[in-house]
Amino acid sequence: MSKQFDFTVVDKIIEQNGHDPRAIISILQEIQEHYHYIPREVFPRIAEKLGVSEAKAYSVATFYENFSLEPKGKYVIKVCDGTACHVRNSIPILERLRSELGLSASKKTTDDLNFTVETVSCLGACGLAPVITVNDVVHPAMTPDKASELIKTLREELELANT
Amino acid sequence: MQILKTRAELDSYREAAMSALEAQKRKLLVCAGTGCVAGGSLKIYERLSELMKEKGLPYSVELQLEAHDETVGLKRCGCHGFCEMGPLVRVEPQGWLYTKVKIEDCEEIIDKTIIGGELVERLAYRKNGQIYPRQEDIPFYKKQTRVVLEHCGHIDAESITEYIAVGGYSALEKALFDMTGDEIVAEIKASGLRGRGGAGFPAGIKWETVRKLQADQKYILCNGDEGDPGAFMDRSIMEGDPHRVIEGMLIAGVATGATEGYIYVRAEYPMAVNRLKNAINQAKEIGLLGKNILGSGFDFEIHINRGAGAFVCGEETALISSIEGERGFPRVRPPLTVERGLFGKPTVPNNVETYANVAQIINRGAAWFSSYGSPNNTGTKAFALTGNIENTGLIEVPMGTTLREIIYDIGGGCRGGAEFKAVQIGGPSGGCLTKEHLDLPLDFDSLKNVGAIIGSGGLVVMDEHTCMVEVARFFMNFTQNESCGKCVPCREGTKRMLEILERIVAGKGEESDIDTLSELADMIISTALCGLGKTAPNPVRSTLQYFRDEYVAHVNGVCPTGRCKSLIKITIDPELCRGCSKCSRVCPVGAISGKIKEPFVIDQSKCIKCEACVNSCPFHAIKEG
Repeated sequence: MSKQFDFTVVDKIIEQNGHDPRAIISILQEIQEHYHYIPREVFPRIAEKLGVSEAKAYSVATFYENFSLEPKGKYVIKVCDGTACHVRNSIPILERLRSELGLSASKKTTDDLNFTVETVSCLGACGLAPVITVNDVVHPAMTPDKASELIKTLREELELANT
Repeated sequence: MQILKTRAELDSYREAAMSALEAQKRKLLVCAGTGCVAGGSLKIYERLSELMKEKGLPYSVELQLEAHDETVGLKRCGCHGFCEMGPLVRVEPQGWLYTKVKIEDCEEIIDKTIIGGELVERLAYRKNGQIYPRQEDIPFYKKQTRVVLEHCGHIDAESITEYIAVGGYSALEKALFDMTGDEIVAEIKASGLRGRGGAGFPAGIKWETVRKLQADQKYILCNGDEGDPGAFMDRSIMEGDPHRVIEGMLIAGVATGATEGYIYVRAEYPMAVNRLKNAINQAKEIGLLGKNILGSGFDFEIHINRGAGAFVCGEETALISSIEGERGFPRVRPPLTVERGLFGKPTVPNNVETYANVAQIINRGAAWFSSYGSPNNTGTKAFALTGNIENTGLIEVPMGTTLREIIYDIGGGCRGGAEFKAVQIGGPSGGCLTKEHLDLPLDFDSLKNVGAIIGSGGLVVMDEHTCMVEVARFFMNFTQNESCGKCVPCREGTKRMLEILERIVAGKGEESDIDTLSELADMIISTALCGLGKTAPNPVRSTLQYFRDEYVAHVNGVCPTGRCKSLIKITIDPELCRGCSKCSRVCPVGAISGKIKEPFVIDQSKCIKCEACVNSCPFHAIKEG
């Protein structure tokens, strides 16, 4: 698999960060922005180009919650479970989304790679609690029913895109 | 953009900017904070712009030095604070605030307000039948004192020209040309400014230490990793007045001899990152960042680092590890950050709100600053007011304002008239305050005395329907997730505390669990490595102190608020049940059975407490309790 991996993007990102091992977090962030996750193939490359061990690169990537080594769905839905959203009942929204999509706490992405549902500790939009984001667009004052509606709309969008 | 090479050039630029801003009589300030943007404020901004174009009104979206006085200023500004009522549009010169503005309202705003100078009454804030057209008269704002947030909602958040027009960078000028480093440090010390990030350590002492140390490189570090759930003060400042943060950091650089600054912003704040980047670029272009600033010989540059989703990085040593490209592990202190911080060099670590106070202190003096608040707790504090409160939003009050004033006068009391139960202050590191603390002045010292901390300033209001044991479980779940795993007390201790709390809310707790929780809390507080671990048990400790009866009730099988699902029992009242079978048909797990026209019963071993039956019963015969 790694033989076919095209390192052009990764190399360019490393280059732009001046091959600086201190910039490893920015490098990983930019790789993730491009691929929507961090493909495992990149670790030996990062290690080699930055002059650090593979273990070091991997340890940084796995420490931070934002990095994902698994591919994510086209729509990444984040349910805020910060304090303000929690006291305004964010959990029933999460439960509804998971049941609509057949997901759970351990299975976060649908098999067709269309949807990912995860929680986030606080988006800082507490005034609009409870909130969820779909690909970083904030949807304020959510309810379980509004969440179901939203999934319906997103599915329609997907269908439109496929026709 | 011209490059300002001397103090005189900045002064004349400011004069031109000021007169351009003054000439701009009519202004529409559309809130472009995260809250209102989520409510669609950017579309409103675009619509207003389109309409003015269509109607041939001269308007400008960016302050031009040669503006004409007929021009209407249309601006995207920082958070007005009243997020509950967003999207918000402020109208000047009248000072009106339009609330819950929709796209359809834009035409009326242009026709009636901009062209006609009249109020669109239905968009004004109303309370108890009274209309409050002017922002300053709305009860939510009336009791506030806006110092740090003075520009948020009043100027274009993306324009350096506008920041300069309202006096921006004049404190930097003063620091560069009229004061020595010692004098700056002395002024900050005299003001009594304490760090707004949580611990409340005097900023001046940090600055003094770094100033005195000899080193080839020193750093100014700005902590914008505002991770406490329910807090968004720093985000609003970074988004609404980014130049103020930069100016504060520059002054810290002048005072301590540091020439490089780092701002660490959490990844969940993309808009704050963009506004800061934009502001840094503008400052570079105009010559307020870079080499030989205003010909003073002082160099300074600022880098932005984005966090990657680790709460522990709000702790300064972990934050430093993260900037250095390591796992965000905290370090053992000493050595102190001021002595050996970023890349092993002397470093000033302060948070966003702290830096945002600096320019005003330099401009107006320490005495002015300490006229707010109480001795040893000077200045103002921004709070994010959220939870079950009528008016959610961002507020700023003098230190020492009472909880009662904040909850009732500014916040408008609990939502839907519910009874106030507690407020969680300081997020997962803080504690709760109850009715008995309503008249307690909120400041660093008095909160410490009652087992809470001001933290970064998140205030989450909870009403009578909130279960405090569940709240404690929620926070412990949060800190357990965020524990970095470096030290045993935090990694293992929070895990055990969480297990116990989960057991209690699931109705499987025992009397002895309560004592074990206290014991574990004391152990973790006294032995954990960093601030995260040392404060993680605080929510449990304070809920145990004030709501012990709720813990005891749970252990005895009752959740007093009925919020803990495992502890409620759904039953059918045989007196009221007519045996229609509706409930048994909606039950997803087949837990309800019975004969038609005879009372039905619920099999408690199967019931999942989904409440479907409760809502389906036409006779209100199904009860929870």
